[in-house]
Amino acid sequence: MTAQTETRPSVPATETRAPAARKRRRSMAHRGRGAVLTLVTWIIVVLFFFPVAWMVFTAFKTEAAAATNPPVFITALSFDNFVGVFNRDIGPYLVNSIIASVASTLIVLLLAVPAAYALSIRPIKKVQDALFFFISTRFMPVAAGIIPIYLVLKSIGALDNITALSLLYVGINLPIAVWMMRSFFSEVPIEIVEASQIDGANFRVELTRVVLPIVAPGIAAVALICFIFAWNEYFLANLLTASAARTTPPFLGSFVDGRGQFLAILSAASTVAVLPVVAAGWIAQKQLVRGLAMGAIK
Amino acid sequence: MRTSPTRRRVALLGIATASVLVLSACAGAGGSGGGDSGGKVTLTLATVNNPQMKDMESLKDSFEKDNPDITIKFVQMEENDLRDSVTKDVATQGGQYDVVTVGSYEVPIWAGNDWLSDLTSLAGDDDDYDVDDLMPPIREALTVDDSLYAVPFYGESSFLMYNKDMFAAAGITMPDNPTWDEVASYAKQLKTADTAGICLRGKPGWGELFAPLTTVVQTFGGNWYNEDWEAEVDSPEFTEATQFYIDLVKEAGQPDPVSSGFTECLNLFSQGNAAMWYDATSAAGSLEDAASPVAGKVGYVHAPVKETAESGWLWSWNLAIPKTSKHQDAAWTFVSWATSKEYQQLVGTELGWSRVPPGARQSTYELPEYQEAASAFAGITNDVMNSVNPEQPGVDPQPWVGIQYVTIPEFQDIGNQVSQDLADVFAGRSELAGVLKSGQELAQKAGDKQK
Amino acid sequence: MTTLEAAERRAKRTVKETPAEKRDLRLSRALLWPALVVSLVLTQIPFLVTIYYSLQSWNLLRPADQEFVWFANYVTVFTGGDFIPSLISTVVITGTSVVLSVLFGLGIALLLDRKFHGQALARTLLITPFLVMPAAAALIWKWSILDANVGVLNWALGLVGIPEISWNTDLPLVTIIMVLTWQYTPFMMLIILAGLQSQSGEVLEAASVDGAGPIRTFVSMTLPHLRQYIEIAALLGSIMLLQVFDPIAIMTRGTGGTKTLSYLLYERAFVGLEVGEAAAYGVVTVIVTIIVASVALRTLFQIFATDGDK
Repeated sequence: MTAQTETRPSVPATETRAPAARKRRRSMAHRGRGAVLTLVTWIIVVLFFFPVAWMVFTAFKTEAAAATNPPVFITALSFDNFVGVFNRDIGPYLVNSIIASVASTLIVLLLAVPAAYALSIRPIKKVQDALFFFISTRFMPVAAGIIPIYLVLKSIGALDNITALSLLYVGINLPIAVWMMRSFFSEVPIEIVEASQIDGANFRVELTRVVLPIVAPGIAAVALICFIFAWNEYFLANLLTASAARTTPPFLGSFVDGRGQFLAILSAASTVAVLPVVAAGWIAQKQLVRGLAMGAIK
Repeated sequence: MRTSPTRRRVALLGIATASVLVLSACAGAGGSGGGDSGGKVTLTLATVNNPQMKDMESLKDSFEKDNPDITIKFVQMEENDLRDSVTKDVATQGGQYDVVTVGSYEVPIWAGNDWLSDLTSLAGDDDDYDVDDLMPPIREALTVDDSLYAVPFYGESSFLMYNKDMFAAAGITMPDNPTWDEVASYAKQLKTADTAGICLRGKPGWGELFAPLTTVVQTFGGNWYNEDWEAEVDSPEFTEATQFYIDLVKEAGQPDPVSSGFTECLNLFSQGNAAMWYDATSAAGSLEDAASPVAGKVGYVHAPVKETAESGWLWSWNLAIPKTSKHQDAAWTFVSWATSKEYQQLVGTELGWSRVPPGARQSTYELPEYQEAASAFAGITNDVMNSVNPEQPGVDPQPWVGIQYVTIPEFQDIGNQVSQDLADVFAGRSELAGVLKSGQELAQKAGDKQK
Repeated sequence: MTTLEAAERRAKRTVKETPAEKRDLRLSRALLWPALVVSLVLTQIPFLVTIYYSLQSWNLLRPADQEFVWFANYVTVFTGGDFIPSLISTVVITGTSVVLSVLFGLGIALLLDRKFHGQALARTLLITPFLVMPAAAALIWKWSILDANVGVLNWALGLVGIPEISWNTDLPLVTIIMVLTWQYTPFMMLIILAGLQSQSGEVLEAASVDGAGPIRTFVSMTLPHLRQYIEIAALLGSIMLLQVFDPIAIMTRGTGGTKTLSYLLYERAFVGLEVGEAAAYGVVTVIVTIIVASVALRTLFQIFATDGDK
C-alpha cells in the first residue's frame, strides 16, 4: 500500500490573510469539539480499564468485603492478601514463567526474522502456500491434541520440563510472528534494498545494516505480543507440568476455592501476576505503535 | 536504539544462547518432586484449594519437622483442573504425583482399574491409626472388594441451613425433619424483592447442579438407574422432582441460577440475602466463622425429604497413593499423618477447634473442644453423616454404591450434559420433557455397558 | 514502491530466471527453512499422533477397552449432533467478537489519533484488558462484575432503575461476546492506530486543502489505507478467538449456545474422557477450518491476493 507522495503547490498568499476573528471563532469551535472528543475518549478509557482497576482494588479488601451486595467502594484496605500470595511461594512460578516466555520469544524471533525475509523482500516461489501452512498449524483446538502431546512428552521423559514447555510455546507463537513480521518487512521500500544490493552489499550486510534498523520497532512489537501469549498460556502449562516447571497461570488458578470465598486473594494473585506484562506493555506501547507504523517511511 | 545493529544482534544471540543453555540445564525452577538426594524424599501432592487443605498446607512444617527425611510439595489446583490433571496422569501412568486428592466418586473406579495402591493392611495394621474410627458410610464408599484404596481427609453430607432471624420475623418454625413441600412453601413466603427464599445450586456440572438435584430426585422416589441398569431419567418421579426443583428456583430462588454453585450461594446466604440454603455440611464452618455476618444466626436441620427418611448426600475428599509413585512408604507416612487423630488435635490447638476437618472420623465428634467450638453444627453433622445410606439412598434398590452420583465412568459426562441442557430449562429456552428424554438416551447407552 | 508491488511485478514476468536469481532463490529458501522445519516438527508430530489416536476408541477410565476402531469416531463426530451446533456457536461468537472489536478498535484508534493531554496514559490504560491473563479476567468478570448478587454491573444498572440481569442464565451469548470484545478491542485498536499513524500527514493535509471534509477524507483515503491493517488484525484475532476457552468454562459452562468447538473438544477429552473421540473432533475441526480459511483468505484478503505466486 503506497501513499502518494505528491507535492502540492504552496497555499496561495491570499488565503493566509484570513480575518483574525473568523480564525479565532473557528479555532474556538475546534477547541470545543476537541474537548468533547477528549471527554468521550476518557470515558471510554475508564470503561475499558474499570474491570482491571476493580481487580486491583479488590486485592486490597478482605474476603467478606470483596463479595458484598451492594459492592463497597470505601473499606479498610490491607496487604494481607498479597502476604498470602507470597506465602504460597510465588517465586519459582514467576521464574518459570520468565524462562518460558523469554526463551520462547527469543527463539521465535530468531526463526521468524529470516522467514519473514524469505516471504517478502527476497521471496521464495510459493509465498502464499508457506504462509497458509504456518497459519494452519494454529487451527487445531488445543484440547484435542493435548493428550497425544502429553503421551509423546511422557514417552521421551519430558513431562514437567520447562524446556519442553518453552518449545511448545515456540510452536504456538511462530505462525503469528511470521505473519506479523512479514507484514512489516513488506513495507520496506524496495529501492532501499536494491540500492544496497547495487552497492555490492552481501546479504548479511543487507539484513543487518539496511533492513533491520527499519523494522526494529516492528520486531519489538512482535516480541511483546509473543511474550504476552507465552506468559498468559494456561492450558498446556496446567496439564504438562506438575511442580518443577509450573508457571504462573496455573498458580493463579490454584487460588480458586470450591468451598469458600476467594475473590480477594485471587485478585491479589492476578495483580502480582499481571504486573510484569503490564509494565512491559506500558513501557513498550510507544514502541509498539511506532513499530507497527512501518509504512511511515516512503 | 543507540547501539549499532551488529552489536545488538550479537547481544541478542548471546541472550538466546544463554537461555537455551539454561533451558537444557534445568527442568524448572520449581524443584522436581521425587528427588532422592541422600535419603531425602520429596513427595508431590496434588490437592484442591478448599479451606481444609489450606489448613493442611499451613501445618506441613509440623510434619516435616517430625519426618526430616520427607519434604512435601503442594500442588493446589482448582477442582476441575485437578480432575483433568490427575485423571490424565493416573490413567496414562504419568507418575507425576505421589499423593493425590480424589473424590469418593473416583476412588472405586480408579481402584477397579488398578491405579491406586491398596491401603488395607497399611491402615489396618496400625493400631494408632484406628481405621475403624473412619466414618462407616465413607469407608464403605472407598472400599472395593474388601480392600481400602483411599482414606478420607474430610467428609460432608448435605443439610438445610436457614436464617433464624428471618424465620422468627415471619413467625415460621422450621421442623427438625422438613419435607420439600414445607420448604417450598416457606421459601415462597419469605421471598422478597431482594431476598431469595432459598438458594439452590443451578450451575451446570455433574457435581454442581446434580449433587443436590440427585438427592431431590431420590427422595421423590426416582433415580438415575434401576437395579438392572435400566435408565430412569424420563420416569415420572425424576420428571416431577426436576420440575419441582426448577420451579422452586424460578419462583422463590436466587437470580441467575446458572451461575450459582456452592460459593455463590455461600456469598448470598452469608450476606443475609437468602432465607434458606440447601447444600454441603461443610458450609457450616464458613458460616459460623467470626468474620461471617450470619454467625450465630443460622439454624441447621436435616435435608428435606419426601418419600425417604433421609436425603443427605455423601462426599469425601480423600488421599490416595497412585501405584506409579516411587515413594510408597513415605507417601503413606504423609497420608496417615494427615488423616490421623493426632492431626485433628494439631489443627484444633494450632488453628482453632472449629477448623478440624469434619466428617472423616467418628472420634472428631467426641472431642469436647470440637463439640464446644462447633456446637451449632457438630451434632447435626454427625447425625446426618451416620444416617445416610450410600447403598440405597432412594426408595428402590440401586446397583451402585453412591448417593448423589452414579459410580460409573460415564456419569461425569451424562451428568454434565444433562445439567447443561437443564440450564436451558431454567432460562425458559427448552422444555423439561425433551431434555430428560435425551438424558434418558445418554444414560441408557452407559447403562447398557454395565449390564 | 514497496516490496509487495515489486513481487507482484516479478510474478508477472514470463522470462526464465537468471543464474543470479537462482542463487537468490536458494538463499531465500535457506532463510525460510529453519522456521519451516521447527514449525513442522513442533506442530505436525502432535498432529500425526492426534490422527493416530483418532482412529482408536479409548476411554481413559476404561483402559481395557482401548482398541482400533478406524473411522468410527469420525462417524460419531458427524452423526452425534454436537458438531454442527458447536460450529455455529464458534462462528457466531468468533465472528461477532471480531467484528465488534474491530469496530470499537477503529473508533477508539480514531479518537486516540489526536493530540490531547495524557494521550500516552490513555493508550496504556486501554491495552491492559489484553494483557491480563484471560482466566483471571474471566474470573473477575464472573465474580466482580456480572454476578447477579455482588456484581458491579447489576448494581450500576440498578442505580438507573434497570432491574438486575441474570447474565449467565438469560444472556449467555451476550455475556461471552461482551467479555471477548472487551479483551480483544485493545489488540485491534493498536494495530489500527499504527495504520493511522503511518498515514502520511501531507496527504491528509492536501485532501483537506482540496476541500474534502473529514468524512470524505476518512472514507476515500484513510479506510483504504487501513485495509491491510484491519485485515491482519481481524485474521490474527480470529485465529486467537477460535481457541478461546476460559470465559466459557468459567461463566456459562457451555450452555445457551456458547459451546464452541474448543469447549466441546475439552469436554469430550476431559469430561467424557474419550481421547479418540476428542482427537477425531480435533481433526475434523482442522479440516473445516482449512476449507473456510482458504476461501476467506483468497477472496476477502488483499494481503493474500497481491502476493506474487508463480
